[in-house]
Amino acid sequence: MRKKWRDSGLKGWLYLLPAILFLGVFMVYPLIDVFIYSFEEGYNSASQTSFGVGVYNYSYVLHDPYFLQAVRNTFLLVIITVPLSTGIALLVSVGLNSIGPLRNLFQTIYFLPYVTNTLAVGLVFMILFKKTVYSDGLINLLLTWFGGSPVDFIDGPYCAKMFVLCFYTIWVVLPFKILILTSALASVDRQLYQAARVDGTSGFRIFMRITLPMIAPMIFYLIITGFIGAFKAYSDVVALFGTNLNAAEMNTIVGYVYDMLYGDSGGYPSYASAAAILLFAIVLTITCINLLVSKRKIHYE
Amino acid sequence: MKVVLQNLTKKFPGRGRKHAEEVTAVNDFTFEIPDGELVGLLGPSGCGKSTTLNLISGLLKPTGGRIFFGEDDITELPPENRGVGLVFQNYALYPHLTVKQNILFPLQNLKGKDKLSKAVMLEKANEAARLVQIDELMDRKPGELSGGQQQRVAIARALVKMPDVLLLDEPLSNLDARLRLQTREEIRRIQKETGITTVFVTHDQEEAMSISDRIVVMKDGIVQQIGKPQAVYDDPVNLFVARFLGTPPINVFAGRCRDGRLYVGQDAVLGVSGIADQEVYVGVRPEGFVLCEDGPFVCRFGSVEVMGRDISVVSEHDASVGPTVRAIISAENRVDTTNGTVRFSLKPQKVFLFSKETEERIQGGITECINGVTMSGRRL
Repeated sequence: MRKKWRDSGLKGWLYLLPAILFLGVFMVYPLIDVFIYSFEEGYNSASQTSFGVGVYNYSYVLHDPYFLQAVRNTFLLVIITVPLSTGIALLVSVGLNSIGPLRNLFQTIYFLPYVTNTLAVGLVFMILFKKTVYSDGLINLLLTWFGGSPVDFIDGPYCAKMFVLCFYTIWVVLPFKILILTSALASVDRQLYQAARVDGTSGFRIFMRITLPMIAPMIFYLIITGFIGAFKAYSDVVALFGTNLNAAEMNTIVGYVYDMLYGDSGGYPSYASAAAILLFAIVLTITCINLLVSKRKIHYE
Repeated sequence: MKVVLQNLTKKFPGRGRKHAEEVTAVNDFTFEIPDGELVGLLGPSGCGKSTTLNLISGLLKPTGGRIFFGEDDITELPPENRGVGLVFQNYALYPHLTVKQNILFPLQNLKGKDKLSKAVMLEKANEAARLVQIDELMDRKPGELSGGQQQRVAIARALVKMPDVLLLDEPLSNLDARLRLQTREEIRRIQKETGITTVFVTHDQEEAMSISDRIVVMKDGIVQQIGKPQAVYDDPVNLFVARFLGTPPINVFAGRCRDGRLYVGQDAVLGVSGIADQEVYVGVRPEGFVLCEDGPFVCRFGSVEVMGRDISVVSEHDASVGPTVRAIISAENRVDTTNGTVRFSLKPQKVFLFSKETEERIQGGITECINGVTMSGRRL
């Protein structure tokens, strides 16, 4: 009896039970529910009834210009910020790793944004970029200084707004990436560098052939989480451009889902679900591609 | 290529804010390593042997003194221009590269007129791999190799560009006992085949003695003795060297010289000549004991350890510095332990005297007979 109990692995399942319960109730069930909603046409949350089952919700969402705008914004944000922020973080970490004195000071400075409140950051960006009746904002001040004409970054042309959003996103995600990469760099066996030096390897080659491959797993981790994080961007956009994102042409996919549920034009859980499932599909596909590439190219110890 | 170290000194700044004292890791090291020799740097941990190696490789800059390869002063040269091959203690193989890529790595660094074609590089890599007998493993990654195989890859990588000087830092310390024996012979063979001047660092005296042409014994950054292994073993300059070389280690007793006799405890055990009366340390190699029924050296019997060819007699003596006295004698002897004591006579050439104050060796004649008196003290 006792033996059977152990062999069946019941004990293991028992230990896993709390986690499974929570995950089931708060993750798996909602996911399945959203999936079902997304196929129920004309679902009414008050009466909890629908007209029928079909792909109309998807068709509606895919033809909605606001959704297409949101997809374009999100993709732009991902494509611009993920490589840029990872690249800049790598440069800063390598720099940090190679300076001796003041290293701790700079490490602290670079990490400060991570522990700063998002709203405070938003306020700072507002002061930097926003054009009001009273002032043009600090950046515009600088622009005019150097002979440029002031641009309205918050309510102005699309490019300017996109620029601010990307700038903000990169600035916010940078500290975490720097933290991860500096510790990854520090964990590379120093003897590898010594061995390479004795063998007459140039600094550039050491970086390309030793440093990069050795920290590649961490870089890849950052790229994957960076992709997922950027695809889910929403609060940053709200902090910069307010809640009426469709009007500002700055909506994201998550923002679209939120608007469909609660926004002024909201009350459409079916459309929201369809959009959410579409986002899920996009993120899943890209993450799978990432993992496939990483398995081929990266050496994991 | 011969390697000349001239008054080589390395000081490290002290740690901590107050009372930061400089640490002298290598102190005034002068030595000429002849071309094509295998030299073992030997000493306990922290004696500066690895620092010396790193000074030769160029990874550390000396505080004082000069280093010459052949006739060229290379003291200021960075490591990449010195033409040395270095094998690290934990091999430092690039884990993400295959064995072949690891061995090719140094060749791919060559630039300008030294640049090699792909085919030549591959040929050289294969040659190095064959030399250390790993040509079967070229496409594996270091993580898939055993410690001994990784060690060979590291040697192949250091050898592939045919360095003028090969440096090995504790090359065998990560290997198990059997592999260590095998690999040290391997290193010897490779060194003889290539004729590359080789310096290797070890704390294992057996390892150093067995393969070196010459050993350098170091302590606290100061060279104690340099010489052929057997010569250093047979003629140590001080108590430290005598103690450091030999397994089992040398037995040390407190003793004194008086009137041409050497006393250990109350017993006159040997005759001495040309040595002033003084307190001394008496070092006796384990193989310096001879079982002898009326021998002058009386110990309390402890136990006998049979080691096949030899037996090891463990006993105690009041004047011994260590807790036990270990004598190694041929297994043909029968140890008579009826009255709890065991008596030895000593081989004079296996007995060394050291000054009690300086622990330096006292040179002088040691003989078995003392003025016509046998070793037991009875008149003939």
